[in-house]
Amino acid sequence: MSSLLKIENLHVSVGETEILKGVDLELRQGEVHALMGPNGSGKSTLAYALVGHPKYEITEGSITIDDKDIIELDPAQRARLGMFLAFQYPVTIPGVKVADFLRHAISNVRNPDRKEGEELMPMRDFRKELRSTMQELNIDAEFARRYLNDGFSGGEKKRMEILQLAMLKPKFAILDETDSGLDSDAVRVVSEGLKKLSGPHMGVLIITHHERLLEYNIPQYTHVMLAGRIVETGDAELAQELHNNGYAGIRERHPEAAAEEEAAKETTTV
Amino acid sequence: MATTEALNTKVPENENAEVSIGEYQYGFHDPTDEYSFMSQKGLNREIVAQISEMKGEPGWMRDFRLKSFEIFESKPMPTWGGDLSGMDFQDIYYYVKASDRQEKSWDDVPDDIRKTYDRLGIPEAEKKYLAGVKAQYESEVVYGSLREDLAAQGVLFTDTDSALKDHPELFKEYFGTIIPPSDNKFAALNSAVWSGGSFIYVPPGVNIDFPLQAYFRINTENMGQFERTLIIVDEGANVHYVEGCTAPTYSSDSLHSAVVEIAVKRNGRCRYTTIQNWSNNVYNLVTKRAMVYADGLMEWIDGNLGSKLTMKYPAIYLMEPGARGETLSIAFASEGQHQDAGAKMVHCAPNTSSRIVSKSISKDGGRSSYRGLAKVQKGATNCKSNVVCDALILDPESRSDTYPYIEVEEDDVAMEHEASVSKIAEEQLLYLMSRGLTEVEASAMIVTGFIEPLVKELPMEYAVEMNRLIELQMEGSVG
Repeated sequence: MSSLLKIENLHVSVGETEILKGVDLELRQGEVHALMGPNGSGKSTLAYALVGHPKYEITEGSITIDDKDIIELDPAQRARLGMFLAFQYPVTIPGVKVADFLRHAISNVRNPDRKEGEELMPMRDFRKELRSTMQELNIDAEFARRYLNDGFSGGEKKRMEILQLAMLKPKFAILDETDSGLDSDAVRVVSEGLKKLSGPHMGVLIITHHERLLEYNIPQYTHVMLAGRIVETGDAELAQELHNNGYAGIRERHPEAAAEEEAAKETTTV
Repeated sequence: MATTEALNTKVPENENAEVSIGEYQYGFHDPTDEYSFMSQKGLNREIVAQISEMKGEPGWMRDFRLKSFEIFESKPMPTWGGDLSGMDFQDIYYYVKASDRQEKSWDDVPDDIRKTYDRLGIPEAEKKYLAGVKAQYESEVVYGSLREDLAAQGVLFTDTDSALKDHPELFKEYFGTIIPPSDNKFAALNSAVWSGGSFIYVPPGVNIDFPLQAYFRINTENMGQFERTLIIVDEGANVHYVEGCTAPTYSSDSLHSAVVEIAVKRNGRCRYTTIQNWSNNVYNLVTKRAMVYADGLMEWIDGNLGSKLTMKYPAIYLMEPGARGETLSIAFASEGQHQDAGAKMVHCAPNTSSRIVSKSISKDGGRSSYRGLAKVQKGATNCKSNVVCDALILDPESRSDTYPYIEVEEDDVAMEHEASVSKIAEEQLLYLMSRGLTEVEASAMIVTGFIEPLVKELPMEYAVEMNRLIELQMEGSVG
């Protein structure tokens, strides 16, 4: 049985502002979904709400994995259930080596019952796996000894996210603009990397403005978000259409949401 | 002699017994009813004289002690730094002797004391990676060893009392010359009642490849420990000395007030590493100073994790051209703790250089202060001094301050000072937790990363120990 991530009527606020106003989405292991939409429509908010960012308060609705409600779980517990977010802006953790961090993360995620202070994954096994995964993704082995994202270029940070994805093998991977801010070579590397990793055991939600990532990873479903709701769902052709023509057509077909989008813009600029 | 609670040792025999989360691990104590001597509580001329008499010291040392006691009495309590108002000098035992002799084999050390050191892991460390060990328990050193090949090369590593007896000339040449009793109130106190500590002499050109370690343990409630350490590194010689300290947890306070004097001769090199992990009822008021001569190098690596209040500013006087000084310090202040620590660099000669790197962490209402001095005297041209202080504050209740003092009497000097304060960012926690690390693990990882640049300067075994202590400090701090 493949696992199912189910989002129902999700409302999310940051401070006093409601950003998601009732989102429904079902992502099954093995599926690839694209989530598109103009800036400020709520895509990243959905990503943060899914991993459990404490600033993003869920005011209504539910998120379940195989019928288990995860809203009360912290990000670590969610990770142990198979949730993963490739961050749009991965943070720097000075002094923490990539390898040490990953070994700890893997030990927890692969052994969800592990308690603090218990044995980590054996060093030898870990090193072997890390080395071969880095090779597969064309990442220089030297990165394992570097401090996490410290002094990394934009492309290196995104590749580090893909490396973590490869090592943690989540059931559900959300990629928040993993292709943004990269030159075309870097986009290709990341796109190919994701293609290698996705398969029947991973459900992927790709948040993107670009088509490249989707060329390599053809979505079965494309969702379009506007003003905090998913207003349309289609297939890969919808993604192509949006890429060619932008969101004007979407706004025309959904005038109410477009009006809300306008209103939200005004309040933020005032 | 023994107090009732001292007889009631609550520690399980099983050494692998799980340490409860967030608790100080070394807070146990041994019974004291077999002790060979305990002075009266409190301090006066008679007690000072009694200590000297019991040690069978020469007259000059007795006079030195009594003179120091006068200086101690004449000096007011410092009003800067930490809060010393709770310090009661009359509520302290100034001299406590648990055992009559110093042993060369752990088997001969009294059982209770030996077990304590076993639990602290000292005999094991000695076998693996130390060139020599001194174990001071209360006021006296109870165990001492030095690798034979080093002894054969003329290296001296003994307790300071024995050095006074066995090497009087060398002793007298240096003792009290680097830190005179008049330096400050606590240096005067130590000079009056000092007992134990390490005496090290490294002959010219001798390179000691493994660290020499001293381990200081307080056991009695209201104990005052006043060790006196003197290290002489002769020309072209090299030594790494490491000290560790722990004490039982009591409801009333103890006092640790050491004096450490170091001379590093031409081309010599001395590294002095401290991992201070006193229980939270110990006032730790220590004076440490090194004088470095031509092309010599002195390094203080100072880790302050424990104590109620620590006031400690290891100093380096750069006496001749080419002398270099470096201090790396880590302070961790948790609930009820104030770490007022830092460093002093005094450039007395041209072409000298110094570097201070200080990192502090405050959590659960703890307070850490960096207090440092970089001074360039007249005539000390072409000097370089670099000071970097970073503070990490883990919660809004905690506090961090920086008090950098700079005194420069020459123009031709390169002086840099940088300070930064940061808080654990929510985004960093989220990032690590989203990869499956618990909040405690994630915070500990961020803190460990913060001090990593300093910890990597430590020999492997101490780096592991330091990280372990930090993790213990972090446990139970969240959630």
